[in-house]
Amino acid sequence: MMQGSSSRNLDEMVENFSLFSDWEERYRYLIDLGRTLPEMDNTLKTDENLVQGCTSRVWMVAETRDGKFHFTADSDAHIVRGLIALLAVAYQDKPVAELTGIDVEGAFKKIGLDQNLSPNRRNGFFAMVERIKALAEN
Amino acid sequence: MAAQSPVKIKTGIEKFRADFPVLKTRMNGQKLAYLDTAASAQKPQAVIDAMNAVYEGGYANIHRGLYRMSTDLTEKFENVRARVAKFIGATEKEIVFTRNATEGVNLVAMSWGHRNLRPGDEVILTEMEHHANIVPWQILRDHIGIVIKTVPFDSNGVLDLEAFEKLLSTKTKLVGLVHISNALGTINPVKQIISMVRGYNKDIRILVDGSQGIVHGVVNMRDLDADFYVFTGHKLYGPTGIGILYGKFDVLNAMPPYQGGGDMIARVSFEKTTYKDAPYRFEAGTPAIAEVIGLGAAIDYVSAIGMDNIATHEQDLLGHATEQLKQIKDLTIHGTAPEKAGILSFTMKGVHPSDIGMVLDQCGVAVRAGHHCCMPLMAKLGLDSTVRASLGLYTNKDDIIQLVEGLHKVQKLFA
Repeated sequence: MMQGSSSRNLDEMVENFSLFSDWEERYRYLIDLGRTLPEMDNTLKTDENLVQGCTSRVWMVAETRDGKFHFTADSDAHIVRGLIALLAVAYQDKPVAELTGIDVEGAFKKIGLDQNLSPNRRNGFFAMVERIKALAEN
Repeated sequence: MAAQSPVKIKTGIEKFRADFPVLKTRMNGQKLAYLDTAASAQKPQAVIDAMNAVYEGGYANIHRGLYRMSTDLTEKFENVRARVAKFIGATEKEIVFTRNATEGVNLVAMSWGHRNLRPGDEVILTEMEHHANIVPWQILRDHIGIVIKTVPFDSNGVLDLEAFEKLLSTKTKLVGLVHISNALGTINPVKQIISMVRGYNKDIRILVDGSQGIVHGVVNMRDLDADFYVFTGHKLYGPTGIGILYGKFDVLNAMPPYQGGGDMIARVSFEKTTYKDAPYRFEAGTPAIAEVIGLGAAIDYVSAIGMDNIATHEQDLLGHATEQLKQIKDLTIHGTAPEKAGILSFTMKGVHPSDIGMVLDQCGVAVRAGHHCCMPLMAKLGLDSTVRASLGLYTNKDDIIQLVEGLHKVQKLFA
């Protein structure tokens, strides 16, 4: 479902972002990343799969397949879709045992998108990351 | 700033922008265009200084001290009650200090509502209410079994007064309505509605949510004739944590306490406790002293400029901003009532309000994106959220230019 993203790794992403000189280029890249994210099946966009947020909506379904973490997620906002695509690079199809070791905060900080990992931005994305972390710890 | 700005501000209040230190700061490396005043206003130096002076120059608890510092501060504190009363054309004993407008509504619902409402009694609200004037009544509905009826609005964001009148019945006990819609900017004809309700039955209590109403024009309680009017200090260029509940004295004084504690009692024994008269009965515990002093400074500040001048300034800018936004392709303004305050809610085709908000943030433009705590209103419009740009006394044409440039950037990025 999110093929392509898992083959790239988070460090490469950080490096890609570092090539941009201004926020506009960074955002454009992020928006383009969001466009590569496959649309989630509408039947999965249920209230049950909705992650709490108040400025935009995020849906997520996560599962473990053969010891690997797999999730499908979508948002009605372009930039949030881009953030989800970045998250896919970090977490998609990674062994469950390795999830807690993934430094998403560090990567987002280097990219300059760490604001989105704070609960202050109520766009559902933070809640989604929290949910993945909770799943990883169990 | 004023020199670069060709907009003709009739009232000449442009110069007051310099009184707001925050407006000189930058956001994301850009000049700050603060267009989120409807959520919370920035504070003038006078308010900041007044609050600092409390802590630096004579702080003590009020109302019970016999020493000079306490009695002085008590006098200043109570003097703010008098200034608030004067500001809204009321008397001191009709002014209750609350935490915010939300607490004002909750106070009325819990105190007046529990005392006066019975199962089957009806409360009429409008579909454009903020959650703060919906949820307290729903809590009461769950407790008592009252019925909530709602007044619809049309596609411009204008209340349907005919439907409103038809909802009035012998079961109607309270009407709750917003003075100015925080999501659409509509200025409701509250005076006309109140006289309509009074004409039907003078015993129906009327609560007006003045959170935006108090900020965008002159408000006079004697003239308006509402039973309750609530607002908050932080939207009126004052501090957070302090709000006002205005209530007609006879109505207030017939209401039981909302919270119990110190400062609200006449006499306490384990057998029987008696309470002070309104407004003190509703002010249990140590109040937000410095915040009350700050609110006093804010009221002095806006009074010196003149609420009518502020309203004129905002109307000029609103007209200008509306024209500018209409030029932007695929942009829809939500809320086009003829009587409208400085609040612009809009969406753009193909771009989510959250995207717009995030791009504008990078452009140094502070707006709000979301449902603005008005989910029933949004549902009525068939939307999840909008972008809202809101104006204040310090907003200038450069802010609007920056917003428009930001929106062009949005179009470029999402094309």
